[in-house]
Amino acid sequence: MKPSTAAATLAALLQEIRPEHDFTASRDFIGEGLLDSFDMITLVATLDKAYGISITGVDIVPEHFRNLDSIAALLRKYTVAP
Amino acid sequence: MQINVLEYFERGALAGQRAKAAVLDQGRSFTFDDMARCAKNCAALILKIASTRNLPIAVFLPKSAETIVADLGVLYSGHCYANLDLKSPIERLKATLNNLGADLIITSAAHAPVLRSLGVPENQILLVEAAMQAGVRHDEAALLERWNAVVDTDPLCIIHTSGSTGTPKGVVLSHRNTIDFMDWVFERLQLQGGEIIGSLSPFYFDIYTLELYLCLAKGATLVIIPEQCAVFPAKLLEFVAAQGINFVFWVPTIMVNIANQDLLSAFPVPSLRKVFFAGEVFPTKPLNYWRRHLPAAMFVNLYGPIEISVDCTYFVVDRDLADDEKLPIGFPCRNTDILILNEQNQPVKSGEPGELCVRGSSIALGYWNNPERTAQAFVQNPLNPHYPELIYRTGDIVYRNVRDEIMIVGRKDFQIKHLGYRIDLGEIEHAALQVTGIDNACVVYGRDKKEITLFFESAEDLSAGMIRRRLAEFLPKYMLPTTLHHIDQLPRNPNGKIDRHRLALRIGEADEA
Repeated sequence: MKPSTAAATLAALLQEIRPEHDFTASRDFIGEGLLDSFDMITLVATLDKAYGISITGVDIVPEHFRNLDSIAALLRKYTVAP
Repeated sequence: MQINVLEYFERGALAGQRAKAAVLDQGRSFTFDDMARCAKNCAALILKIASTRNLPIAVFLPKSAETIVADLGVLYSGHCYANLDLKSPIERLKATLNNLGADLIITSAAHAPVLRSLGVPENQILLVEAAMQAGVRHDEAALLERWNAVVDTDPLCIIHTSGSTGTPKGVVLSHRNTIDFMDWVFERLQLQGGEIIGSLSPFYFDIYTLELYLCLAKGATLVIIPEQCAVFPAKLLEFVAAQGINFVFWVPTIMVNIANQDLLSAFPVPSLRKVFFAGEVFPTKPLNYWRRHLPAAMFVNLYGPIEISVDCTYFVVDRDLADDEKLPIGFPCRNTDILILNEQNQPVKSGEPGELCVRGSSIALGYWNNPERTAQAFVQNPLNPHYPELIYRTGDIVYRNVRDEIMIVGRKDFQIKHLGYRIDLGEIEHAALQVTGIDNACVVYGRDKKEITLFFESAEDLSAGMIRRRLAEFLPKYMLPTTLHHIDQLPRNPNGKIDRHRLALRIGEADEA
């Protein structure tokens, strides 16, 4: 899938969790406070469900959830593509 | 004889450990001396505005050393504090403030605009920055006279919890309630002052009560865990290890996540000596994981609603439990009597289920400005027809097992525990009915998947995103439904009430109603 489509898919997933933010505009979700602890629980569960994977706790760190690119990279690690 | 929780501070940490670190907050360190000076300065500022006694003073601040300064300032000025949730949706905040009727709100320059936008007048806003400045700006003798006049049945704080009508209920707790619990916890659970407390819960939870008074009375150090750590369990464990935290009092949710992801193998926390938890049931399998990784630590399950002052039963996990064996809530705290009553208000026999009711000095004064709900939950002891004696009806169904330990079975009503938060499903339904287009709504909770499911009737097609956005105007995030189902007609039982049991079956919760 093309990178732009991948980003759009992920942005749509995030939008469902936090409708008020524009996730395509931010490079640092964590630093800018776009995602809090509730959102992280929801996001990991959503990704697990959407891609049939099970993201392990060691991977639930800020580096993998900073922006759309880093989430896409994490998904590739689980050999799925957004 | 102790009357005021401030005596814990004055006779405890301030008597011998003034220079020790009291609070660590994101790279800032405050000694007990710093905390006392700032708190007393804060009290002097409060007294310029609110000079009568026992007024509710709201504290609208992020979790920080400043919140503790504000709370203590309120106590030194002879009033009671109500810590508010900064992330509360504006409608809920408005409802809470209206019900509280606070004459004064302590906040900071950064958060005051929210209050101004709600129409709070300038002369009712006190900025905490003024109290944090260096130098003594109070009259010690005048303050002493002030807080010494407090009697132990005066209110200490108001803690808000979900209410089915849409307005949170404010539980009013007295000095006596809190001293009763704290004296027991110090003695029975051996808290002596060497604790480095890893504080994770919000300060508007009652877990804070234990953390704060342990810190003030015994000279323990309270470390405020940065919010970002709570987002990432691995970071949380790294923080605990790096700070040498040896005592935690957490809700099980995050500890279960840590166990399920086997994070203690990758991020060990050897400094932890005491692990207390409360707020919801800790499943035994992940608890056993924690015990295997921290064999020398003391694990304590505490149970109790806010209305009985932090907790009323406890279970020190001191024997092996099979992974499928349920964890008891244990035994009553000292000076607390637990009655288990059946539907005829008679005590049940061992093994029989009944409602857990509490008797003793820990019973709260009632709900703030809410006589109806107070009268429903705080009632005359049905076993004592001779003189007025209130008990608190928790609504929790329990029984005593063969070891005489108390075991939780479920609820009498539609209150749930989700991510450690106590939620009345009625409050979510109430909010759903405010959404234009929703004609009827019912909310059920899936305990296994931890999902709040909203079933709704509507003539038109409503998108889940729109409903969630609207609900977020009324409900804090932890109360937002995770799953939404449109339904032509909610199932009804023969007497016309919504059949929650059938809805629960639809989400695969056979036992849940």
